Amino acid sequence: MKTMINHLVKTLVLSILFTTSVLAADKHVATLRGEVNIDTQAEPSAIANTVNKDIKQGRNYPMQPPVIPHKIRNYEVNLNSNKCMSCHSRNRTEESQAPMVSVTHYMDRDGNFLAEISPRRYFCNQCHAPQKDVKPLVENTFIDMHTLMKSKVNTKNEH
Amino acid sequence: MTINRREFIKANAVAAAATVAGVSIPAKASNLITSSDVTKLKWDKAPCRFCGTGCSVNVGVMDGKVVATHGDIKSPVNKGLNCIKGYFLSKIMYGKDRLTTPLLRMKNGKFDKEGDFTPITWDAAFDIMAEKTKQTLKEKGPTGIGMFGSGQWTVFEGYAASKLMKAGFRSNNIDPNARHCMASAVGGFMRTFGIDEPMGCYDDIEATDAMVLWGSNMAEMHPILWTRITDRRLSAPHVKVAVLSTYAHRSSDLADNSMIFTPQTDLAILNFIAHYIIKTDRVNKDFVNKHTNFKLGNTDIGYGLRPEHHLEQKAKNNGKTAGGSSPINFDQYAKFVSTYTAEYVSKLSGVPVDNLNALAELYADPKTKVCSFWTMGFNQHTRGVWANNLVYNIHLLTGKISTPGNSPFSLTGQPSACGTAREVGTFSHRLPADMVVNNKKHRDLSEKLWKVPTGTIPPKPGYHAVLQNRKLKDGELNFYWSMCNNNMQAAANLNEEAYPGYRNPKNFIVVSDPYPTVTAQAADLILPTAMWVEKEGVYGNAERRTQAWYQMVEAPQGAKSDLWQLVEFSKRFKIEEVWPQELLDKNPTYKGKSMYEVLYKNGQVDKFSINQVPTDRLNDEARHFGFYIQKGLFEEYASFGRGKAHDLADYDRYHQERGLRWPVVDGKETLRRFKEGSDPYVEAGSDFQFYGKKDGKAIIFALPYEPPAESPDAEFDMWLSTGRVLEHWHSGSMTQRVPELYKAVPDALVYMHPDDAKSRGMRRGDLVKIVSRRGEVQTRVETRGRNKPPKGLVFMPWFDASRLVNKVTLDATDPLSKQTDFKKCAVKVVKV
Repeated sequence: MKTMINHLVKTLVLSILFTTSVLAADKHVATLRGEVNIDTQAEPSAIANTVNKDIKQGRNYPMQPPVIPHKIRNYEVNLNSNKCMSCHSRNRTEESQAPMVSVTHYMDRDGNFLAEISPRRYFCNQCHAPQKDVKPLVENTFIDMHTLMKSKVNTKNEH
Repeated sequence: MTINRREFIKANAVAAAATVAGVSIPAKASNLITSSDVTKLKWDKAPCRFCGTGCSVNVGVMDGKVVATHGDIKSPVNKGLNCIKGYFLSKIMYGKDRLTTPLLRMKNGKFDKEGDFTPITWDAAFDIMAEKTKQTLKEKGPTGIGMFGSGQWTVFEGYAASKLMKAGFRSNNIDPNARHCMASAVGGFMRTFGIDEPMGCYDDIEATDAMVLWGSNMAEMHPILWTRITDRRLSAPHVKVAVLSTYAHRSSDLADNSMIFTPQTDLAILNFIAHYIIKTDRVNKDFVNKHTNFKLGNTDIGYGLRPEHHLEQKAKNNGKTAGGSSPINFDQYAKFVSTYTAEYVSKLSGVPVDNLNALAELYADPKTKVCSFWTMGFNQHTRGVWANNLVYNIHLLTGKISTPGNSPFSLTGQPSACGTAREVGTFSHRLPADMVVNNKKHRDLSEKLWKVPTGTIPPKPGYHAVLQNRKLKDGELNFYWSMCNNNMQAAANLNEEAYPGYRNPKNFIVVSDPYPTVTAQAADLILPTAMWVEKEGVYGNAERRTQAWYQMVEAPQGAKSDLWQLVEFSKRFKIEEVWPQELLDKNPTYKGKSMYEVLYKNGQVDKFSINQVPTDRLNDEARHFGFYIQKGLFEEYASFGRGKAHDLADYDRYHQERGLRWPVVDGKETLRRFKEGSDPYVEAGSDFQFYGKKDGKAIIFALPYEPPAESPDAEFDMWLSTGRVLEHWHSGSMTQRVPELYKAVPDALVYMHPDDAKSRGMRRGDLVKIVSRRGEVQTRVETRGRNKPPKGLVFMPWFDASRLVNKVTLDATDPLSKQTDFKKCAVKVVKV
């Protein structure tokens, strides 16, 4: 536990030092803009490609909807058809080898299981999105619960 | 060779499996951690931080960190679902550039408008703020001080801010960013019904036969309500969905009747429907006779631009007469709308006659229950109040209102635009519970409840959002505090108003935010702020549902909540320094007291002991001030509305419930207002009663189509519409810091019809600039994305801090609501 706290404190102190020194040196604080005045603009980068490797990305926590590891250009999901389900529905996954949608997707508002995917889950991209091949502008310091648990177990084992 | 996705996957299945196997070495069972003292998460409920839908979220905490979030299965709003933003709430507080210390622009150890941001202490930050405030009070009086707040403030924060400004500093120059979002809806409600906020609720979705979207892309902006609409449409095949918009978007994908209309002609379409109902003899005469009045509204009301603008010079009723009207009868009204024939309106709007008739039939058919939904398409409109009035007309003519499945429903943009901005009354003209500053009785009552002398609240409405930026530029608003919003990025016409306003050497600008935003970059002092579950809160959603949450984690060291900032700052003033002698003489017991003691430690707000805060709960503010400040503020605020059709339950109850829809009378929430048997305020025997009006009757307004402030011409040949996207919340200051959301939609592109691109020699991905009379912004062309504009219109979202589309937009407003029209101005798009 102590090691973990020490580690956290160190990271925190480092990040504070880093942030404030950058801020102190420059008027341009708006990180998402980079060092650009409000009345000017940096040249917009090209439209990035969509990651299309079909490699599953880890989830940040069990309830997180997975991101889509492939392109979905021209996939129609509308009143008449749902292209995503032609691979991800229960009766198609054997052939497609795509992951089946979560069992939660068969539940209606009251938690009853339906014979087919619930219409409330019909529009897949309300929760799932492909990823562009870009680097985040700002690091995110979210800590995975697994990391927290492991450090707790390790601390226990040390004593 | 063409290969479809399934074949591709099959072909690669073996390789993929091997790759995966190589990455994760088979685990021993003992490597799994199963001991519950290690794996246990502390779960708690909170409303989502983002839109006005008001989903409830379960938040999982471990070792003082939020580690998981998911949709709350117990919430009637979302029943276990979240949208993609909601599912990533866990990460919004953990952007690495969280602010942890106040930053002041300094040179040589002193404040300097052109200095570099330098870390200072909170004490020093309040010192300079107090100094600048006092200097402004001396030079300009209370009107030199202003605040820009938020529909994302908690109820207590909005209430504390409103009280600080209106009773403390005696300035009505406080307005929320909800002015950009909901002001026209408020105007519509007040004008038609005399009382704010929707009569119906989300339950109407499951009870209806038809749903009509007017200028709302719910699939992206209210995704969880969209799941309810989708559920209803697909599980009950007789249900119809009609979508009206100025460009095709994701909501159009569910539409049985998708209509793309020329901007501004929604006004004509609404009048056409009224005409159709009358012409086909389907007016609900009994309802109309008993429960409505007819009025002819004043026209030619201008466009809320600066008074010297030629459009304002030309307008006949652009002043106090803009909201005026005169009584007419049904026949006069019928004659008024009779010019809006299907043929005329089809020509004006570009919508085929058949589609118009099919749409009108949904409203006219007495057997069809119908819900209308609208958001920014109506509200961000130079005739936004009119658009709201006109949609109520068609529900009133048919009596399709306040009953299950019949609901004209104004959707809210922000999580507490209703709860905080509207109900608390943080607008420049408003007080709590729908009261207004220019009404003596309302001021008297507010002063009494606030225990401040008569005459404390100034009677003249203050500067609204757009006027604030103009007054900053003109050097008349000199101390300005912006909280919980990002208005440099959000407000229209950045180049000509906001930016020169913030950087005007006469002004001192304070910006409170968790992150260094564009607005923070334009500020003089930045205050690091706690957010969401780092503090206790109450939000009110679009269906009048009030929801509370507890503080669950500590904010980063140095960051403080807006509530702490507001109340702590009030300690810096003796009441003598903000009130004139004659006011103080009316209550001499206040002499020598601090503003903190007069406004917050006033025997009411500090009534609830710290012991009422559950011992196992965090509550940094209550423990700092020494009393349960959130409960005290909430209960004092609730005293404005109890018994006046705005009743709230006791504070503690909200921590137990998944929200309650006001009015909460005898412990029971109200699903539908104005209907006997459903709303306890409706008198027995009246069936319906629109009690916001003295005679209990709602008003049907005769209002015409009038053209927009700016339309395309030979040089600026395209319409520009702006708006949000699903994956980002507003200006992106939270969601752009979540890697998965950033990677989903990293940049704001300009969506354009392929033919328009082609005729300009452009291809998808080309670098272009959008140019208006006010400025330009560069971006890349998208011709095949989720939005499909018709020829002659482009759409660009505003979430992108590096591509500020509001350099281009026009700050024309609805003269009645003072809300900006972000949906239409004239631009040209040229290759760079």
